[in-house]
Amino acid sequence: MALTGLEIFKLLPKTNCKKCGMPTCLAFAMQLAQKKAKLEDCPYVSEEAKEKLAAASEPPMRKVSFGSEDNQVQVGQETVMFRHEEKFYNPTVLAATVSDKLTGQDLKKRIESVNSLQFERVGTKIGAGAIAVINDSGEASAFAQTCSQVADSSSLATILVTESPEAMAAAVGKTSEATPLIASAKSDTAEAMAKIAKENNCPLVAKAESVEALAELAEKIKAEGVEDIVLSLDGLSLPEQLYNLSRMRALALKKVFRPLGHPTISFVADGDATAQSATATSLICKYSSIVVVDTVEPYAFLPMLTAVMNVFSDPQKPVQVEPKVYPIGEPDANAPLMFTTNFSLTYYTVESDVEASRVPSYILVVDTEGTSVLTAYSGDKLNEKTVADAMAKHNVEKLVKHRKLIIPGYVAVMSGKLEEATGWEVLVGPRECSMLPKYMHEIWK
Amino acid sequence: MSVPEVAESFTGEVSRVTLGATKDSGGTRTSTVTVGGARNMVYGGSRQDTGEKPVIAMDVLDSEPQDWPQVLAEPYKDVLDKPGEWAKKCVDELGADLICLKFEGIHPDKANKDASHAVKVTEEVLKAVGVPLVLWGCGNDEKDNQVMPKVSEAAKGENCLIGTVTEDNYKALTAIALADGHNLITEAPLDINIAKQVNILASDMGFPLKRIVTFQATGALGYGIEYAYSIQERQRLAALGGDKMMTMPVICDVGYESWRAKEAQLADAPGWGAVQDRGPMWEAATAICLLQAGVDIIRMRHPRAVATVKNFINQIWSSQ
Repeated sequence: MALTGLEIFKLLPKTNCKKCGMPTCLAFAMQLAQKKAKLEDCPYVSEEAKEKLAAASEPPMRKVSFGSEDNQVQVGQETVMFRHEEKFYNPTVLAATVSDKLTGQDLKKRIESVNSLQFERVGTKIGAGAIAVINDSGEASAFAQTCSQVADSSSLATILVTESPEAMAAAVGKTSEATPLIASAKSDTAEAMAKIAKENNCPLVAKAESVEALAELAEKIKAEGVEDIVLSLDGLSLPEQLYNLSRMRALALKKVFRPLGHPTISFVADGDATAQSATATSLICKYSSIVVVDTVEPYAFLPMLTAVMNVFSDPQKPVQVEPKVYPIGEPDANAPLMFTTNFSLTYYTVESDVEASRVPSYILVVDTEGTSVLTAYSGDKLNEKTVADAMAKHNVEKLVKHRKLIIPGYVAVMSGKLEEATGWEVLVGPRECSMLPKYMHEIWK
Repeated sequence: MSVPEVAESFTGEVSRVTLGATKDSGGTRTSTVTVGGARNMVYGGSRQDTGEKPVIAMDVLDSEPQDWPQVLAEPYKDVLDKPGEWAKKCVDELGADLICLKFEGIHPDKANKDASHAVKVTEEVLKAVGVPLVLWGCGNDEKDNQVMPKVSEAAKGENCLIGTVTEDNYKALTAIALADGHNLITEAPLDINIAKQVNILASDMGFPLKRIVTFQATGALGYGIEYAYSIQERQRLAALGGDKMMTMPVICDVGYESWRAKEAQLADAPGWGAVQDRGPMWEAATAICLLQAGVDIIRMRHPRAVATVKNFINQIWSSQ
């Protein structure tokens, strides 16, 4: 929690020595509170004050990153319980498992199927962010060998999963340049695992069966000199996990309870691909920073990734699509042309209904700064001029031979002016685009 | 290590609404369903605060759907034009908690069927199943005002959930739902202020707040679900904060919205997996996502999606 200027002032020497460049200690404190000055500028500040100020300036939840320079992932640093309060910052990282029992072609295939979990949605690339190697064999050498092969055949960030410090020590150096996340230390292996994490400069997962035990373990690991910690609840039922994840988030953010001020990781191994996807979706929404699943089915992965994308979108910024002409199907020069706004929700609704009509068409997207049809119209961002400009800019005259433009039913009122401004015949479409398929079949001939 | 308390001091709770009337209460339903009652955010506080288990209302259309993707139509292929049998299948084989009878076919731009058709279908479904019914108009104000009062009357005394009423069209249906002893769905277009306004309008007509369920509009996963998600969280927070006009349980329309998604429909999408798996998954994922924000009644369509969501709900809400 950030301190106010007055709270900082109480920690300063109050000598008004001016060495910091400010006329008084109070003025300096105010500058510090606004992050316009640095504490080091005060030559007489006490060690105690330094510690308190440093602690207060830390975010309530630490950021943890791992992976290689090119494929780094970062988690944590969240500031709110609910996305509408501000936004969620670091999207949940989804990982799929690779067992160290696999060898040869099976191993190769499995790594490839994890690597291929990459998709494009709304012009953005989304995909699995990490690959988790699991020490199912119980042997250190097999684990090290699999980790080394995964490092060679995948550029994804890696999570090394074993409870044996020996296996971890054997495997940790095998990920070449990249920093793995190592999982997990339990209370009896805390020292040994922390030592490996410290020597290799890796973040470490702390795993325990209750929130209280987890807080204690995290502090123990921190005392060993490892600060980048990820928390994992072990052996709990799904509802127990979800309730405790909510409780941990509240403790970290609202109570600034430092021992739990770390990102979290959950492992989903039960059930088929669909059930895993369902479970993972609940963990994504409710505060798991990393979710590791066993399934590599694309149909199960795509909705999880979409959920991450949606839940972590910024509620203050409307998601926009690029203003241009979108061909739907394979339209020719006789295909219908219609326009809508660049608010993504508006556009994708129209797009899906045009697709449903199975009439190949062009959709011209007018830049309305991410607002819907009615909002844009009342805000004067959608008028005969902006539409005519967009038509000219995107050369619709060259796309189609006819001179007919379908407009959203809600802005029927602009028909006359639009006809004047463009010389095109205006056809008023339906108000709700769910009526588009019917409209296209009946009106557009 | 001892850990601080994080108890919230919420004063309000989501109201409980019971749907369906059995013989003892003057209806013919064989079971009732109660929703609402949450005293915290989803997974907030203790598990005693979670309220009633969310339920699934499976969609039955009054007329055979013309535009359902093959994957969705297939499980119902023998009953799509027989609403009674369709409803029975949903309850007996697929475990529907409620049946949502959607009067798609009365829409003037669709089959434009009349009130006598709607009444006949209502009677047929009431006879075929014992679970409580949700009766949902076509969305065309004029036609709904003509037909839905007749539907309401046909189900009089059954304590159904009927809707929807909006800011611009609430009087006719609110009055008749009140007279026929039903519960009412108030609808708003992803706008929490309008949501509250419709509740106030219905309440001003003497409709008891405790018999209202709200519909804030639904966006499918990938198609605006984040708006619906945050509206539901804000509604729950308002209810917990004691805003009497926002304490209603929530219904969402996952079936219709998620099956419009490209991910559910597109038959040929290399790299996305088989279309048979994708559609049910998309519907289930949309429902699961909204459950995290706090919803009470979920309208759904595909048997596999229903099974996945029921399984999730049972894990979270039943093992208390």
